[in-house]
Amino acid sequence: MSVIVHKPGLLTTIQDGGRRGHAAIGVGHAGAMDEVALRLANALAGNPLDAPALECALQGPVLQFERAATVALCGAAVEARINGETAAGWQPLHVGAGSTLDCSRIPRGTYACLAFAGGIVAARVLGSASADINSGLGPRALRSGDRIELGATDPPASAATHRGSAWMLDPRPWFDPDPDRPIRILRGSHFDALDDTSRRVLFEQAFRVSPESNRVGTRLDGPRLALATPLELVSEAVAHGTLQLPPGGQPIALMAEHPTTGGYPRIGQIAAIDLPRLAQRRPGDAVRFEEIDIGEAQTRYLQRERELAHLCESIAIRLAR
Amino acid sequence: MPAQATDVAPSFDPVGESTLLVRFGSGIDVSLNARVHATVAALRAAALPGVDDIAPAYASLSLHYQPVVWADGGALPWRHLADAVGAVLAHAPGSRDTKRRTIVIPVRYGGRHGPDLEPLAALLGVSPRQLVERHAAGKYLVAMLGFAPGFPYLLGLDPALHAPRQANPRLRVPRGSVAIGGAQTGIYPTELPGGWQLIGRTPLALFDVAREPACLLEPGDTVRFQTIDDDAFAALARAPQ
Repeated sequence: MSVIVHKPGLLTTIQDGGRRGHAAIGVGHAGAMDEVALRLANALAGNPLDAPALECALQGPVLQFERAATVALCGAAVEARINGETAAGWQPLHVGAGSTLDCSRIPRGTYACLAFAGGIVAARVLGSASADINSGLGPRALRSGDRIELGATDPPASAATHRGSAWMLDPRPWFDPDPDRPIRILRGSHFDALDDTSRRVLFEQAFRVSPESNRVGTRLDGPRLALATPLELVSEAVAHGTLQLPPGGQPIALMAEHPTTGGYPRIGQIAAIDLPRLAQRRPGDAVRFEEIDIGEAQTRYLQRERELAHLCESIAIRLAR
Repeated sequence: MPAQATDVAPSFDPVGESTLLVRFGSGIDVSLNARVHATVAALRAAALPGVDDIAPAYASLSLHYQPVVWADGGALPWRHLADAVGAVLAHAPGSRDTKRRTIVIPVRYGGRHGPDLEPLAALLGVSPRQLVERHAAGKYLVAMLGFAPGFPYLLGLDPALHAPRQANPRLRVPRGSVAIGGAQTGIYPTELPGGWQLIGRTPLALFDVAREPACLLEPGDTVRFQTIDDDAFAALARAPQ
């Protein structure tokens, strides 16, 4: 008994905590674009926080459930419907056997995570079930007619209704699609190599998310940046959030499926706390940068991790009641 | 006596909150790269907590880590980790003591498998045969893997064979293509876009997740090429790997 994909949506993939430990052979981490959304959706579904879930981009899938299941949606705002009736995200949802869950409308944000209680039964490639479309590793994107096998839950989901819970999370601290709020960045190793104008422009002018953006990188249209003098660089490691400057002058923020190494100047690094916010910007949305230093960035990151851990613990306590 | 590249103290550079770059220099240099591999080996043996990925590059290595694990002790996590890495480095050997593996890679040079061989030979002012002989005579070091899963950047190319990249990169380079890009030579492990000069092709699978280990080459390995003909290529391509 499983879930059948009626419509796959634009780009629906299986993602988990990512493929770790293989960067030395050129294999990247992949994983969810909005890893906070993945963790919270899994917490609400009663799963380990890095369990495989579905990640939907801009237009989610339509799924038919052969058996009852508990699911949770976090990240981008999905106007979900179960058999035509509105269903809210950020809470455990009970989907009855034979029901249809329609996640096709995502009016705000870009990436939503749909977790299933019991998780998804998916083959692991190099330790992870994450789809790495760019590298051709892990499962391919969903297609119509695919069947998704759900893991067993204890006790089994029995509710035949599609009522939500009496409680839901406040998405506000964890989902912020407002394009007017700045994205914080650290100066990169080659920031000082930018010319005077570019160093100013990076923080003073707005960029726009290019429609060419994908899970590999968020490409930024707008002012072109230039180096004061060309740099001769050898390939070095890059990370999720590295802001690279290719010769054309349009910066690219590397995202979940980024390659492990790169040879372009690294002019900045998106603060980890703002990576989910950048991932949720839609094509055409503005991006303004604000500087943060490594001390504040790491301190705020640790604070966020403590808050998330605390929230996930309280979710687990509520689910156990 | 001037200090050697291998004597210089490394620099620590946080690339965001959860990646630490340890840099030994800035160029493409065999002794520098050997020091990187030796340090990676020492760091793997040290098994620092919360470090879930260690990746060597030409002149640097990166550690991907969980800042939460390094949050105690007053200092910022990246400084705390950098201190621990520094302590490991103080006892690390300058170059790798362990025996390096040598992997022989059979290559069918030229023809349809190496469409750029003849124009490149003309550009470099050598005959196609001389180009092949010089390429196959080399002893190469796997400096790093990157760009795509299993793609090796090989050091040790004969300076007479250094070649510019293609002005218009190909959208599809066949899997197994052996190529020259600048001062480096490499092998496309899967079908990929690419701008290097294609001089031959190997029937070996460089990267196959169904195999353990998935990757034929490891950073620090030595690679040699062996010239083969069409029949050997076909036989090896059919053989299970």
